[in-house]
Order: sequence, then structure tokens, then C-alpha cells
Amino acid sequence: MSITYLEAIREAQARALAEDPRVFIYGQDVGAFGGAFKATKNLAEEFPGRVIDSPISEDAIIGLAIGAAIDGMRPIIEMQFADFSSVGFNQVINQAATLYWRTQVPCPVTIRLPAGGTSGSGPFHSQNMEAIYAHYPGLVVMTPATVEDAYHMLLEAVAIDDPVIFCEHKYLYYHLKADKLPADAMPTGKARIAREGRDLTIVAYSAMVHEALAVAEELASEGTEIEVVDLRSVKPLDTDTVMASVARTGRLLCVGEAWPWGGVTAEVMARVAGEGFGLLDAPPQRLNAKDTPVPYHPNLWAAHRPTARSIATAARNLLGL
Amino acid sequence: MVQTVASPKAGAVVSTFRDEYTNAFRWMLLARTLDDKFAGLYRAGKIHGGVFLGRGQEALSVSVGLALRKGDVFAPLIRDQAGRLAFGEPILDAVRTYLGSTLGPMRGRDGNIHRGRPREGLLPMISHLGAMIAVVNGILFARRLRNISGVVGAASIGDGGTSTGSFHEAINLAAVEKLPLVLIVANNQYAYSTPTSRQFACGDLVDKAIGYGVDSQTVDGTDLSACLEVVGEAVKRAREGHGPQMVVARLLRLCGHGEHDVADYVDPKLKQSPVGRDCLKVAEEHLLQQGWADARTIELWRSEMVQKAEDAVATVQREPAPDPYEEDWRALSSQRLLEAREERPG
Repeated sequence: MSITYLEAIREAQARALAEDPRVFIYGQDVGAFGGAFKATKNLAEEFPGRVIDSPISEDAIIGLAIGAAIDGMRPIIEMQFADFSSVGFNQVINQAATLYWRTQVPCPVTIRLPAGGTSGSGPFHSQNMEAIYAHYPGLVVMTPATVEDAYHMLLEAVAIDDPVIFCEHKYLYYHLKADKLPADAMPTGKARIAREGRDLTIVAYSAMVHEALAVAEELASEGTEIEVVDLRSVKPLDTDTVMASVARTGRLLCVGEAWPWGGVTAEVMARVAGEGFGLLDAPPQRLNAKDTPVPYHPNLWAAHRPTARSIATAARNLLGL
Repeated sequence: MVQTVASPKAGAVVSTFRDEYTNAFRWMLLARTLDDKFAGLYRAGKIHGGVFLGRGQEALSVSVGLALRKGDVFAPLIRDQAGRLAFGEPILDAVRTYLGSTLGPMRGRDGNIHRGRPREGLLPMISHLGAMIAVVNGILFARRLRNISGVVGAASIGDGGTSTGSFHEAINLAAVEKLPLVLIVANNQYAYSTPTSRQFACGDLVDKAIGYGVDSQTVDGTDLSACLEVVGEAVKRAREGHGPQMVVARLLRLCGHGEHDVADYVDPKLKQSPVGRDCLKVAEEHLLQQGWADARTIELWRSEMVQKAEDAVATVQREPAPDPYEEDWRALSSQRLLEAREERPG
């Protein structure tokens, strides 16, 4: 028996619906059809009237969730693709994110963003939007990299009183499997040491954690020990764990699948350079997607985002190998 | 929220149309008086940021506030002082938010017309006004999920707001979900400086409702009797389960977009036309004609409202302004999810 990252997301929603009558799911094709990726498969049947198809209106969908949250509900919203959340962006950043600060009334909405690139998906079904949401005060931004985190962090997202942007990576949906659902997990806000090492810290999140782990495995055979830090959530960003790792290794490579300008990797670099400059034995480096829209063709896509190969090259350069 | 501010009949059942009309007029008068006070404070440099008045829109606005009841939801637009008061917003909420008192609902974090009490059904608008309609939808949707019926949500918007994508998405969704939404469109002829000819190309804004499958009515927004009747009927129909209702009122904004705006772009012909009538004056004349109030009574009411406004301002001017060193600079309610670095002093 094994469970995929996608099934974990489905199971977390089933559990949230079962345990909390305030929870409902609203989104495009989430009802009887079970969602574009089947993340809500059979939930409409199991929880009648609580898993509901919406019109194609991201602004109105997120606005509805905010109103329901004000009224005491715990809505889970599925954006069919993270990319489409741009249409509902205003509701997220101006309405949901400001509500608590303006009125002291919390806004417990969970917005699921099926994010990240998969082969052949092109410019409008591949985006990573964590940085742009993390930029705004008043939002929690989760980027789970494991089946365990997909399950527990989604449950936590529903329980949190603040709006949560839940970035679930589509590449991990089917590729990632665990033996069973975990009984417990680390709390959001705490980064995880995914692999210990003494020579170089690679900070990553979401699908890039697995690329980084592959590089660590590859370089271990050459006698280099890479430490991989999985951020888990990019906001809050666990600077302490990153800094402690850099203190051990003296070298930092930060990897993100998103675009480079002003993103999560830039934030990590700024914090380490600003607060931990003396810990560094070499200039910190980062690796991101190319600064173009995400290409369609697999040949281009494979070169557009960081991969184990490009990360390994960057790691070797940083280590002077 | 309950009616507690201006009416001697507060809490009492309004039994006749005369009483209803008189009650509405008194709220309109208080709203106009308060607006005038804010305009004066603005000119005296006592208000930070803008001041946005409801001059000319009070008849429509008060009709919405009065048609709603406790447990309903109201998302006003920036010219809804009358409707807010009638819905039950304390006069002090308005004054405190304009003057930035920490005792107000927004505590200096937001100002002027960006105020409300979401848990009491009065939503604090964001500037992208069309976005408020969907939030009203959400509250109505949540009530339905909990099998609570008989609730109505009203959202106000201007002619300009009907051009936004949010408006389209939210009214369509309300129709699809058959929500008890009442959409009040105040067609005041200008969105800031833009005339309706540059805003929409349909014959009348009410035509838009047809495309969404939404019931709709037009009303002369300068006529309090008509507004009370048409808005009251729309709210009743929504409450009875007939789905979303839209009311489009024709009126003229009798002030600038804000008090910073002299509004010299307004067509003088419009001011002279029936749409340019001042609804408060029209209502006052109606009271006199019907013999429902005499001139002396109305003067007494006017003095009463001036006193209320003066008292509220005098109270709030003695209240503390926000202190950046005392401010809790945190945008999340979950303390444990704040980044530790933000908690460090300096």
C-alpha cells in the first residue's frame, strides 16, 4: 500500500470535511468530476452539498470564500491551476490579506494552487506563484515537498485562522509516493533538514528539494557532503534553520523553480548575506528558472528550470570542484 | 445591527408609510449634516486623506439601510452614509474613522469610508469596490450551507463599478447560486470624471441584469418614496427566495468625487434636469406638502442632527491618535506564524 502526494491532498481534504462541519470545497470541476487532477475525487459523493462546482470566476470564487470565512466557515478553494489565480489576485492580496489587520476579524481561507512545471504544459499551466503571494503581508504561503507535508500542512492550512496559499506541485502529484500517511508532522514555520552534510547548504522547497537531494546523492559518491534544507513554507521563512545550516557548511546555494527576480531565493540570499555574512566561506549563489515564460516543448522546458544537472554544476562551481 | 442613532422610534415597528418616510428623512438629514461636517473638517485640514460625500444619493442609500434588518449583510459604497446609519452603524464609527481615533473600528489602520464591522454584517470596503459583491455572496452562501434562510445581502456600486470584471463575476455567480443578493447600482452619471457615455454602451445599466438572469428594476433616485418602495420590494423578493435582484437608480452626484474635486466637468444641463434634483430637498418638500411635518419641526430636526454631529466630533477629537510605537505591527492573527525576525526589537 502506498499513497501519492496527490492522494495525500485528497485524503487531507476528506479528513478536514469529516472532522469540521465548517469546511467546504468550492472550485472549478471539483464536484462530481473530482477536479482537473482528481484531488477531490469522490468527495462530492462522500460529503453531499459541501464540494461544489463553481463558475469560471476566480475573483468571485475567492471573494465568496472570504465572505464565508467572515461568516465562520473554513473554505478550501481549488484554483484549477496556480496560473489562473492571477484572475483572483485582487481578492487574495487586497481583501483576504488585509482583513485581519484592518478589522481584527481573521480570514481562514485555504487556497490550493496546483503549481509548477510539468512537461508540455507551457506558459499558462506551469507557473510558481509563491514569491508574489509571499510579498504581501497577511498571507501564509506553504510549499510542501513531501507526501507527509502535503497531507499535514494542508490540514494545518485549514485549521489556521489566516489565509493560506497552498502551493502543491503538480510534478510531485504522481511521482512522489509514501508508504502510508504520517501520524504527525513538523509544524508550519519550521524548515526541515532533508539531508545532512558539512560542505555545502542547498536551500530548496517544493519539487526542487528532490532535485537537490539527487545532487547530494551524486556528489556524496565523490566525497562531498551536501546539506539540503527544505523550507516547507516560504512564508513564514525559517531563517534560523537556514542560518544554522550555513554556519555548519559555510556555503549556500539556494534553488527555486520560480523566476529569479525578487523571489524566494533572493530573499534567502538577502537574509544570509545580511545576517550571516561572517558565516560564509564563499559568495552565496542561487539558481532559478530562466527569466522567460515557461516554455512548452520538453527540450526547452528541461533547460528552463533548474534540474539536478544544473544544480550539480552550480554546486561544483561553488565548491571549487 | 439595530437602529439606535437618530430616530425617536428606534426599535419600534414602523407602522405607516408616513412614519417610514419621516424616519427615512431624518436619517438622510443626519447623513447630510454629518457629511457637511466632514467637508468642513477637511477644509480645515483636520482630516488625513480624502472625504467622500453622499450628497444627492441619500434617498437611495437610506432605502437600502432601512430595508435590511439585523442579521442581514450590507456592503456600502463610498456615498452610503445614510444607509450605514439606517442599517445601524454608530455615528461614532464614521467620525472615529475619519479622524483616525484608535477607539474606532479601524483604529487608524484604515480611514474615511473604508470602515465596517464584518461580524455584524457591515463590510469594510476595499477600494476595488466590485470585489465586495463576491464577499456578500460568500456570507449568503455560508448561511445557506448552514440552512439559515431569510437573510439578505445588499451590495452598493456605482455606474463605474459595473464595468469591472469583479462585478460581472460576482453577479453571475450570485445568479448561478440563486443567492439572496440585492445589487444596488447608483448611476450618478460620473465615475470620478468619466461620464456614462464612456462607461457602458447598453441602453440602460438595468439591461445588464437580463443577461445574467437577474430580476431588475429602475428607480428615480431623487424620489424617496420611489426608492423606499422599489428597494424595499427588491429586498423582500430576495428574502422570499426569488434569487438576486438588481436596482438601478438614476441620480446625480451633487459633489465632487471627493472633497478635493471641484467637479467642473459635470454637465450643467444635467444639474438642471430632473436627475439633478437634490433628493433631500425633494423629500423635505414632500413632507411639507403632505402635512407630515411643518417647517418648524424640520428646523428642529436639523438642529438636532447638527448637535449629534457636533457632539460626536467633539468626543472623538479628545480621543487618542494611533502611536507607531504602541502599534502592533502584525498582519497575521496566528502569532506563531509570524517570522521570528519581525518580533525582534529594532
